[in-house]
Amino acid sequence: MTNSISDIHLADVLLVTGSNTTEAHPVISLEMKKAVRKRGAKLILIDPREIELSNFAAIHLRPRSGTDIALLNAMTHVIIADGLAKKDFIEARTENFDALADAVKDCTPQWAEDITGIPAEMIVEAAHVYGQARSAAIFWAMGITQSSHGTDNVQALANLALLTGNFGKPGSGVNPLRGQNNVQGACDMGGLPNVLTGYQSVTDESIRVKFETAWKSSVKIPAKPGLTVTELMNGALNGSIKALYIMGENPFLSDPNMNHVREALHALEFLVVQDIFLNETAQLADVVLPATSFAEKEGTFTNTERRIQRVRAALPIKGEARRDLDIICDLGERIAKRINGFGKRIYEADVIHSVMDWNYTDASAVWDEIAALTPTMSGISYERLDRAGIQWPCPTANHPGTPILHKEKFTRGLGRFTPLIFREPVENPDDEYPFVLNTGRVLQHWHGGTISRRSAGLNWVVPEGEIQINADDGVELGIATGDTIRVSSRRGEAIGKARLTDKLPRGMVFMNFHFAEMPTNALTNDAVDPVAKIPEYKVAAVKIERV
Amino acid sequence: MIQPDRIVTTTCPYCGVGCNLHLHIKDDLVYKVTSPFDSPSNHGNLCVKGRFGYDFIHSMDRLTKPSMRKDDKLIPASWDKAMGHVAERLLEIREKYGPDSIGFLVSAKCTNEENYLMQKVARGLIGTNNVDHCARL
Repeated sequence: MTNSISDIHLADVLLVTGSNTTEAHPVISLEMKKAVRKRGAKLILIDPREIELSNFAAIHLRPRSGTDIALLNAMTHVIIADGLAKKDFIEARTENFDALADAVKDCTPQWAEDITGIPAEMIVEAAHVYGQARSAAIFWAMGITQSSHGTDNVQALANLALLTGNFGKPGSGVNPLRGQNNVQGACDMGGLPNVLTGYQSVTDESIRVKFETAWKSSVKIPAKPGLTVTELMNGALNGSIKALYIMGENPFLSDPNMNHVREALHALEFLVVQDIFLNETAQLADVVLPATSFAEKEGTFTNTERRIQRVRAALPIKGEARRDLDIICDLGERIAKRINGFGKRIYEADVIHSVMDWNYTDASAVWDEIAALTPTMSGISYERLDRAGIQWPCPTANHPGTPILHKEKFTRGLGRFTPLIFREPVENPDDEYPFVLNTGRVLQHWHGGTISRRSAGLNWVVPEGEIQINADDGVELGIATGDTIRVSSRRGEAIGKARLTDKLPRGMVFMNFHFAEMPTNALTNDAVDPVAKIPEYKVAAVKIERV
Repeated sequence: MIQPDRIVTTTCPYCGVGCNLHLHIKDDLVYKVTSPFDSPSNHGNLCVKGRFGYDFIHSMDRLTKPSMRKDDKLIPASWDKAMGHVAERLLEIREKYGPDSIGFLVSAKCTNEENYLMQKVARGLIGTNNVDHCARL
């Protein structure tokens, strides 16, 4: 998020798209409702489904799945055509405006109506409400990013905010809601194929040398970015990836096109899984290492507003399990020693330092190393975090942290408008597979269900998955709520109980992905966005039938 | 009323909002979870998962011993044996097929420090940038 959770209630207009906030980020939805109820903020909701936030929305736009760019380009068109663009902000802080204006010249509301199914006058109204706000904040989640044009979607939202000067002030900005407790931190820490900590690029030689020197790294860090999750799975299948070390993830259940993932994991020569449960992926492993839960270890998580917060050990470790930190250090030490001992045999040409040190006194010592190598976090220490979390960037020990990004200038200097062209999703419904599958969460469960389904109260409220279909479609097909139905796509099938609802548009099937026995990701499409490599989970063509 | 042995301040393990938690502990069991009203992200609010979703910590299914595959079965093993095998195999595969034949999935569930060290193993010891996690998923 460019902004903070605590300034959501200061927005005059909230634009929420591709986020069922009340179910997936319930506590943030409270702030949104507060803005609407207490301060009279207007909520523009963009979602094909009727969700709880619909009850709070001034305008609810329900586009056909995967047509976000048509809608957002048309809103951009209206804001420019009707003189609502903030000229002084565009002049002082942005570039490439003319290219954007040119790209949306023909994206009229009528054009967008034909593509999205949203009446043109509603598009105009939404653009006016957003464009006239003193401060407008945009929020999105996976409904925007899990698309074959997810990067375009995000850039289209950024265009809207740039166009209206909605950056660098309370109650504004572009705010992705991150789905997992430390997905922000895993990215910040270099858990990505192209960057080290704090998004320092592996392609920059001075950065690589800085890390190699500080680490006394055994080998050189390659200059070429590595493979993403989806590419690693493809690599396993085509034989270029031979071993995977998986820590605290369950790709078997969470990746798209499950049958493909199963084959990929089977094809590996060596699979290590470090986890707290024998999940579906761990069952295929060659070595399983028992780790510890958040309640048994020290460390930090970084939330969706970039706030780094302490995690503290509350309970003793179970049995012979070990803290993840200790497991990794043990592994590091063993490999480092072998490189030393067998250096001639194995590495010879590659070794640049003979001893890599893996002795850390505790998590705080690891953090100090991170801070020393990461300019955006160098002012953060456990001592400061013990008092309260800090939002990066925080470059010095007396810097208060950064609740709002891009106040005076953008990270790259000027904010750049990106002209975007509407493209259809990779797989639209057709005669053979006439329905569009949409996926998402329910409040009571979480991801593959590994932890939430082991919590009795949550499982009691929602014990099984369900397949939601539009009530009229159900009647037409002779399906009633509670019937067992089969959903199939070109990639696989899943069986579950049907629920008829009037909250879905006709032609849509909605499934959550929390239940291994109703494997939604056997159906989803592993076609990915060309830049972010995010799969198109939210649009797949399926058919349904009674079993 | 139960009196806690201790109350530990920490951060919720579910979604990305980062709600602050008070874990109330008695006899090494989390029996109640509350949130301080001065917490910056959640002001004392918690959702149903954040307040009640903690049985998993005490689940009988928790892994407590390393295991290794033998004859298509996972057999309990000592840490020394399991870790030695992992280090040995990773280096063998690196030698035979090169560093980019190995991939590491770090975790959106794990701490910053753990993620940092895991990518350090990948980049500084194995020599590959094949590091990713489910942020895309």
